[in-house]
Amino acid sequence: MTTPASASGETPSAAEAGTAGSGTRLANDARAGSRLALSRLLTAIESRTAAAEEALRSLYPAAGSAHVVGITGPPGGGKSTLVAALVAEARAGGRAVAVLAIDPSSPVTGGAILGDRIRMQQYAGDPDVFIRSMASRGHLGGLAGTTAESAAALAACGFGLVFIETVGTGQSEVEVAAIADTTVVVQAPEMGDEVQALKAGLLEVADIVVVNKSDRPGADRAAAQLRAMLTMGAEPEPGEAEGQAATMMSDARRPRPKRPSVLLASGLEGHGVRELLAALDDHHARRATTAQPHAARLARARAQVEGILADRMREALWSSARRASADALLQQVAAHDLDPYAAADLLLDEISERI
Amino acid sequence: MAMTERPLKVLIAKPGLDGHDRGAKVLARGLRDEGFEVVYTGLRQTPEMVATAALQEDVDVVGLSILSGAHLTLLPRICQLLREQGMADVLVTAGGIIPDEDIPTLQDAGVAAVFGPGTSIGEVAAFMREHAPQRSE
Repeated sequence: MTTPASASGETPSAAEAGTAGSGTRLANDARAGSRLALSRLLTAIESRTAAAEEALRSLYPAAGSAHVVGITGPPGGGKSTLVAALVAEARAGGRAVAVLAIDPSSPVTGGAILGDRIRMQQYAGDPDVFIRSMASRGHLGGLAGTTAESAAALAACGFGLVFIETVGTGQSEVEVAAIADTTVVVQAPEMGDEVQALKAGLLEVADIVVVNKSDRPGADRAAAQLRAMLTMGAEPEPGEAEGQAATMMSDARRPRPKRPSVLLASGLEGHGVRELLAALDDHHARRATTAQPHAARLARARAQVEGILADRMREALWSSARRASADALLQQVAAHDLDPYAAADLLLDEISERI
Repeated sequence: MAMTERPLKVLIAKPGLDGHDRGAKVLARGLRDEGFEVVYTGLRQTPEMVATAALQEDVDVVGLSILSGAHLTLLPRICQLLREQGMADVLVTAGGIIPDEDIPTLQDAGVAAVFGPGTSIGEVAAFMREHAPQRSE
């Protein structure tokens, strides 16, 4: 594949392409359709290079319109197979789809086996499907540290539907809900008894719960149990009277868990996949017409800006100019001559003086 | 953004129709333990599947395991597809059952090394580290 020149007038920075840095060029080429440029851009994002930052700045205005769907759940629940089935369904409707599939990195060697593509290979040569594996690289929470930025890059390059498949999660890896517009929790029928559905954590962040492998015995019962447990105390549907749901909570102003819909599907056999994609679209459409999306996007913006701020401060702190004085303070903290709070305040003062 | 050191990213795939992937799995696992990020795509890959995976994953190395005897057809085709999509610099290696007399042909086609049975994972990892393309960013 050859890389087309970035002369298209659509990209905001095309006018300055002559003087632009490698990041902007990469972004322009990726937006113009070069899959190699997109792939190289994702690598730069993963490595947090300066070029990646430049590219992301130029892509950000175009990254807001995609539907980002998080797919999470315990290992072996069938997430990859279900994502593959959703991709097939979306392609049947002519939509461009991207997948970010995250697998864990070894805490010992840093190595990783990225095996989610195995189930998604029939799209070789289809330019409207882009599948990328990411190793978590020590990041906790079920994602890689740069998953949100990678999803933004894919969104800006014309993928209107972006699936993020998390590592197989336990009960508390809920980070995907912060970066996805819609969060799907995939459960196998053998998920355990009703008490599992009472526990706090993963199920609380679900917009949609899928009982996958619906061809197996017990699937209907698992779905019924989940429905019964997850509707207790949840937010009323828009327009619904504050009935029983409200009276279960002592204070109506307290934040309430979402009320996810519970669907049955079989990723392997394709049952329920069309209905699931329709439910995703419906969730996206509904959020676009209520006040909620704004709150969710605001929370995401806040998390992003805080993350970048933390990175910038860390960089400023360990830059060669300040390294020596910061190291000296650390020595004092290590020797218990100075408490860590005082050290942090001193460094904060020093950074802000020079900004 | 702060630069972090990037682990080597390797695609391990089995092109063609043979149905035996124990060796490929052992290699994938061994390279994981060497600190590589290994994209494993498994059995019965067409050359197009291998090339697409290499492109979308932006791998440094493509490791192909083949036992079926179709290496003289499939491996040059994969190298050609990689070149066509702008990935001429990717390191391509092969392993499995490949007769010595076929090795020069494969090398001419773009396969950098052929590892026969008995090659240790350490040797494979060392070769990949040494010969993977240097990236500027």
